[in-house]
Amino acid sequence: MTVAELPATAHDGVDRASTARRRGMRQAARPWLFLTPALALLALFTFWPVLAGTLLAFTEYNFLAPPKWTGLANFEDLAADPVFWISMRNSLLYLLIVPAIQVGAIVLAVLVNNSLPGIRLFRAAFYMPVVTSVSVVGIMWGWMYNEQGLVNAVLQALHVISTPIGWLTDDRIALFSIMIVTLWRGLGWYMVLYLAALQSIPKDLEEAAKLDGATRVQRFWRITVPMIVPTILLCTVLSTLSAMKVLEEVLIMTKGGPVSSTYTGLYYAYDQGIRAFNFPRALAASLVVSVFCIAVATLAFRVLRPRHR
Amino acid sequence: MPVPRTLVSTMLHYALLVAIALVCAFPFLWTLATAVGTEGNVFAFPASFVPRRPSLANFVEVFRVIDIVRYYWNSIWITFWTVAWTVIVCALAAFPLARYRFRGRRLVFGIILATMMLPTEVNFLVNFITAAHLHLVNTHLAVILPTLAGAIGIFIMKTAFEEVPQDLIDAARVDGASEPFIFLRVMLPLARPQIAALVILTAVTAWNQFLWPSVVLTKSELMPLSVGILELSGTFGSSTRVIAAGAVLTIAPALLVFFFAQRHFMRGMEGAVK
Repeated sequence: MTVAELPATAHDGVDRASTARRRGMRQAARPWLFLTPALALLALFTFWPVLAGTLLAFTEYNFLAPPKWTGLANFEDLAADPVFWISMRNSLLYLLIVPAIQVGAIVLAVLVNNSLPGIRLFRAAFYMPVVTSVSVVGIMWGWMYNEQGLVNAVLQALHVISTPIGWLTDDRIALFSIMIVTLWRGLGWYMVLYLAALQSIPKDLEEAAKLDGATRVQRFWRITVPMIVPTILLCTVLSTLSAMKVLEEVLIMTKGGPVSSTYTGLYYAYDQGIRAFNFPRALAASLVVSVFCIAVATLAFRVLRPRHR
Repeated sequence: MPVPRTLVSTMLHYALLVAIALVCAFPFLWTLATAVGTEGNVFAFPASFVPRRPSLANFVEVFRVIDIVRYYWNSIWITFWTVAWTVIVCALAAFPLARYRFRGRRLVFGIILATMMLPTEVNFLVNFITAAHLHLVNTHLAVILPTLAGAIGIFIMKTAFEEVPQDLIDAARVDGASEPFIFLRVMLPLARPQIAALVILTAVTAWNQFLWPSVVLTKSELMPLSVGILELSGTFGSSTRVIAAGAVLTIAPALLVFFFAQRHFMRGMEGAVK
């Protein structure tokens, strides 16, 4: 049927309806036009790696030929590699810094939660390590930990130790030395989160407690701590996740040495993938770390509940 | 905690603050002193904290040993484009999420939230494979692309757009303004403080990023400063003082931006977490 055959009024009606429909479709498409760049980038660089990485962990793949399904072979290789077990143990040991970060960051936040002259300068000083490139952090702490370096010099000057300690060269303590660097890098970041929490505590609560004769210590334990429990939970989860995924400090400072003593889960994955070009094995290792992290995050998500809807 | 009342407790408070600040700043102070000084044992304590015969000789030496001008230029280039595109991509995505009701909105929101729960730190492995297939290895584009669409940036912009009064948008619509016009001329100008926060947060992060550029760039002449600086410390024969000078040159821009824009920076961070 051609348009000419239709009565004028009907033609009018069809035209209006289709224009309206077209406008409706344009309106429906509009949000997606705005969202497309972000969603495309997220799909390619965030979700594709998760999907492809999970699948490739069960294959044999060397860039040249298409991946070949090998089932659990990569995981069996992992289980047979003592260095992988060292990495896993080290990643779990790394969780020791989680409570240390919470205590340290809360103490810092309490100390800077006031309007003393110069307090902004102190906040900035505590935050400085956070805005320093990790490569420079690694270089600086390499010097600090040198056998003739500053840490030994200070401890010797204070007569805490008599002979220098090989902070990064002794395989029994190298991992703990790196943990201190991670702690040093992270404190300022968590301090800011705790500071925001402290500042949201209503002032009259403190004032009322003070009028009732509560001491500063009592006010801290009875008011401050209960009020920041959600932040403590959040920061505990965040620092647990990042402790499980430590990589850059190891890469810059020790490259896993001495004698594989500072391998972490992700450093193992990096080493297998980027250095040895064994991507499936690397992805299998990172999958193990990821599964643990997702379990922690999911559990935490249930407990904390999202604030965005 | 309230402001300490008595003089003694204020003094104690300051003493504690100074002590902790010294621990935090210890490596920085020593690196600066080492970079500026030209004589004496670099590891002597506490003597090495007071530079002897200070001069800029070590900094000059950095320019001779490595192509630091090139690294600087690479860092500036990567940082500039990362910031520009991050703001554009995140603002575009945040606009409909903040102001439109449409089917799938909650789903998109869930997807973006999910990126915060996924262990995305491990993505560098597959992203390297992707970059290799797209022939992006050893390009600056490969460094920039994966970080642009971040949940933090989208949330910061979404919060900003939600604060714009609906009356203003309605008035613009009545005047016949198109949606792109509303986005460009109503929303973006009103979100200026949050854009500033996002710019500073992104700039510092981009300047400092290490792992991904070190993976995807293997040619020295393409590396940003944060990666290139390791070339200096790996160069045979470069002295501790020269490396220290290089370290100072690497971190100075980020630290300066942070000190001068602390307010914006903290706001961006809080916005990211809320």
